[in-house]
Amino acid sequence: MTSVLDRAAAPSRLDDADLSLMLLIRAFELKLLDLYGRGLLNGTTHTCLGQEHVPVAMGPLLGPADHVFSNHRGHGHYLARFQDPEGLLAEIMGREGAVCGGVGGSQHIRRDRYLSTGVQGESLPVAAGVALHLKRAEPGGLACVYIGDGTFGEGAVYEALNIIALWRLPVLVVVENNGIAQSTPRGTHMAGTIGGRAAAFGIGHALVEGFDLAAIRGRLGPLVARVRQGTPLVAEFVTHRLGPHSKGDDTRTARELQEAREGDWLGRYRAAHRDQVDRLEHEARAWVDAVAEEVAARPPSRWTSS
Amino acid sequence: MRVAEDLNAALHRLMDHDPGLYVLGEDVLDPYGGAFKITRGLSTRFPDRVLTTPISESAITGVAAGLALSGDRAIVEIMFGDFAALAFDQLMNFAAKSVSMYGTRVPMRMVVRCPVGGGRGYGPTHSQSPQKHFVGIPGLALYEVSPFHDNLAVFEEMLWRGEPCVLFEDKVLYTRPMHAVEPPFSVERAGGVARVFLDDQPDCVIVAPGGVAHRVLAAMRSLLLEEEIVATLLVPSRLYPFDADIPAARRVFVVEESTGGGTWGAEVAHLVHQRHWDRLDGPVTLIHSADSVIPTAAHLEREVLVDAAAIHRVIRKVIRG
Ligand SMILES: Cc1ncc(C[n+]2csc(CCOP(=O)(O)OP(=O)(O)O)c2C)c(N)n1
Repeated sequence: MTSVLDRAAAPSRLDDADLSLMLLIRAFELKLLDLYGRGLLNGTTHTCLGQEHVPVAMGPLLGPADHVFSNHRGHGHYLARFQDPEGLLAEIMGREGAVCGGVGGSQHIRRDRYLSTGVQGESLPVAAGVALHLKRAEPGGLACVYIGDGTFGEGAVYEALNIIALWRLPVLVVVENNGIAQSTPRGTHMAGTIGGRAAAFGIGHALVEGFDLAAIRGRLGPLVARVRQGTPLVAEFVTHRLGPHSKGDDTRTARELQEAREGDWLGRYRAAHRDQVDRLEHEARAWVDAVAEEVAARPPSRWTSS
Repeated sequence: MRVAEDLNAALHRLMDHDPGLYVLGEDVLDPYGGAFKITRGLSTRFPDRVLTTPISESAITGVAAGLALSGDRAIVEIMFGDFAALAFDQLMNFAAKSVSMYGTRVPMRMVVRCPVGGGRGYGPTHSQSPQKHFVGIPGLALYEVSPFHDNLAVFEEMLWRGEPCVLFEDKVLYTRPMHAVEPPFSVERAGGVARVFLDDQPDCVIVAPGGVAHRVLAAMRSLLLEEEIVATLLVPSRLYPFDADIPAARRVFVVEESTGGGTWGAEVAHLVHQRHWDRLDGPVTLIHSADSVIPTAAHLEREVLVDAAAIHRVIRKVIRG
């Protein structure tokens, strides 16, 4: 069953705590692009600019005993779960205190029951395995997997969805549908719809628009409770990728970029609640600035490979 | 006891002793019990831990990795080893890398069983020896079933290793007896390597995995009787990472069923050269199948696959000139 949360004309007021977390993620990602621009980071990274509200909305719906599988665009997922910009930045910069010793970098992070990896679609079968364990050993627990719309091109996704539905595994697939995969727009990579694909397996589908977190949680809460009982769900968030795919690689037209900016939750929210944003945004930026300065001054991380 | 029965008995013992162990694969439920019957009887005894799956090699391997991540153990049956290609991403990029890419050691206790090899006329997509494609992946250990290694002990070693393992099972072994060598040869096992030998000082050492061991033994017998060439055979249970003491001899051969090009034998030869170059009369000689797909027709298949006659011919030529 597909349902839509209507996009409110004037966004309703967010909790300070939620907004702070969304702004922390925004500030963190902007800082990364800035550090890259200044040649201070190695390799590449994918920022979740424009999608910050998705993991923040999911936050209270997931417990510490649930497993979260993240992907290449996972900083928001990590920060929403752990609120640990120091550990994450140290990981990305290869500094002491890195969550994974600097081995994993931006895309490969494991901490407690959180794990990300950089091959698209690969985590769905793994999440199915974890959910199989939970079903037997810790009933009521679930595995939540974040994927993008482009990842629906991968066969592993369908092999896993089939097994997840057949075995009634507690898996929640959160799709961040930003309408683009690297440089390929959805119309060029996806036939049909995500809802149609979920329906093909008899898996429930919820389409989520907007960033009214209370409404989203109210809507998804009962569905997530059913996931815990073995009724899997695909929750599809309609969102916008505000920034480039990774660093400077944005091939979209000026018009498309303009549309992404107009769809950005922050611009729309700021227009309605300027005071709240100004106050909390300043705090978030100050926090991230301090973290960046402190982490950049740390010695390199150390690792012994066996 | 035949090799297939020994494997089946080992799986029964493991499932019995380890309540956190799962067996997953296509068509593994009774009464079918798997395409080669290795999982026969398991689903009747352990219905909630023996799971028959859709035709989804990638997903099954990923599910096993998920179980391993959660602290469980899992054994996956790939119906024909050729199809492990479809599970390659899960093995190479997920299961094996997860052991070390998160900065600390993450134990991954899982075994992917792959029936491999030709000689039965199954044709190009059901007869390969894909071992070579999995060599050299950090965190992935490769094993091969042999008639000289107790399968229960091998499974226990693989599951306690903390790294994902692939177990290759040459299909021609399933109906062969365990532990049999005919006189005058004797067999001994030390540290995972079985040694088949004569009392005389060997003229050469042959390294070969379990699936070709009986072909090597047939060649060793004819070389002894017709040429008075004395050979010692080493059969490692673990193919990669490879480690075996090579007895002193001036010639070393590596025999494998894999088709030519980038083989496991080349890796073994490199290690032997590094360690023993000074005492060898020449480079390690590789003996393998032709660089070809495996044909279906029996006469064509025979031309491609390594056999006792080819092993005899190459060894004789290298030693006698
Ligand atoms: C198997 C695989 N193929 C290609 C890539 C390279 N790649 C990284 S992100 C990406 C696009 C992913 O698109 P989508 O799933 O829509 O997520 P988004 O980037 O929009 O968040 C690609 C092609 C990859 N990481 N894995």
